[in-house]
Amino acid sequence: MTDTNEQRRQFLKTSVGAAAVAIAPGMLMFDMAHGDTEPVSSKVRWGMLIDTANCADCDKCVKACNKENGLSGGLSPTDSQWIRKVELTDMRTERTLALPMMCQHCAEPPCVDVCPTGASFKRADGIVLVDKHICIGCRYCMMACPYKARSFVHEPLHDQKPDVPRGRGVVESCTMCVQRVDKGLIPACAEACPNKSILFGNLNAPDSEISKKMRTVASTQVRADLGLNTGIRYEGI
Amino acid sequence: MSHDSLRRALHLDLLVTVPARIIVFVIAILCLTNIAAATESYGMPKLDIGKGGQCVAPTEWMRVNHMKVLFKQRDETVHQGIRGSKYSLKNCVECHASLRDNSVIGRPDSFCEGCHRYEAVKIDCFECHSSKRSTALAQEETK
Repeated sequence: MTDTNEQRRQFLKTSVGAAAVAIAPGMLMFDMAHGDTEPVSSKVRWGMLIDTANCADCDKCVKACNKENGLSGGLSPTDSQWIRKVELTDMRTERTLALPMMCQHCAEPPCVDVCPTGASFKRADGIVLVDKHICIGCRYCMMACPYKARSFVHEPLHDQKPDVPRGRGVVESCTMCVQRVDKGLIPACAEACPNKSILFGNLNAPDSEISKKMRTVASTQVRADLGLNTGIRYEGI
Repeated sequence: MSHDSLRRALHLDLLVTVPARIIVFVIAILCLTNIAAATESYGMPKLDIGKGGQCVAPTEWMRVNHMKVLFKQRDETVHQGIRGSKYSLKNCVECHASLRDNSVIGRPDSFCEGCHRYEAVKIDCFECHSSKRSTALAQEETK
């Protein structure tokens, strides 16, 4: 065999390899981006573990949420807030800590219990949502929520995000970025956190990162006394 | 002079046959336009159909049934997280938003608004949902 033939073979091998490497991630993204045609299943329960010790003095999670979901970011009583930074101070020791607070995606959500129309509901994978097509804007769920996580839209809105429809006269809250989760992405706040303090994952899978961490570190539910079995757990409070 | 040669001299052949052919032709044209007009009733709005092209279902069927498939798809997406179905509102807007303003509402010939005005049916989808083509919005954001 001639030397040229060898070289030619080698060249073909490497170029095919390079092409495969270049195309493979694109194909994966394409598959995910085309969305699922299967309903979500209760084998999954989405949750978050928030490490308050690592939670820096920033509001990048809040900003990312506002951007992803098209919220104004205003702080007036009539502006929607899906996630907020809460500062806690121990009166005796004066230890302070800050943490992000949002819909806790309870397994036994009081907002769902009180909803008169069935608009407030829990998806099979544990995400608590409002079906705004059914919501009549009565705001019972806002009164029932112990976390003050829900907002009512008072004013007409314009230029909503195509993936996040929002409108006047209905209640809304953190959706755990359901439009991203369904595409295989993580919620915007978890992605934006500079310290990776928000760990998102499947609480039902024993080998998921979040389950492994929850087996080894102490985590707390806010208002655990209510027995709501929240999907959002905190470390270090 | 014979009868035949008299006709030829007066060009009677031409006088009889040419108008008859024209009349038949005109009637045929009228019949064809009538068939077309049976599906497009008088005064129907002329729509700016955007990119148009192959729709997810035949146009006639979509005119009658689009709301049913949209409602079904909407419930499946909100409650079960099924986002891959072809009957999504976002899909409609993606193809049918006007190429001029990237919207399906706002003008008398906009894809959704045109027919809904004609039929006097209130359209409230776009109080919450985006009426703009999502790829155009993404381009604006990156600018």
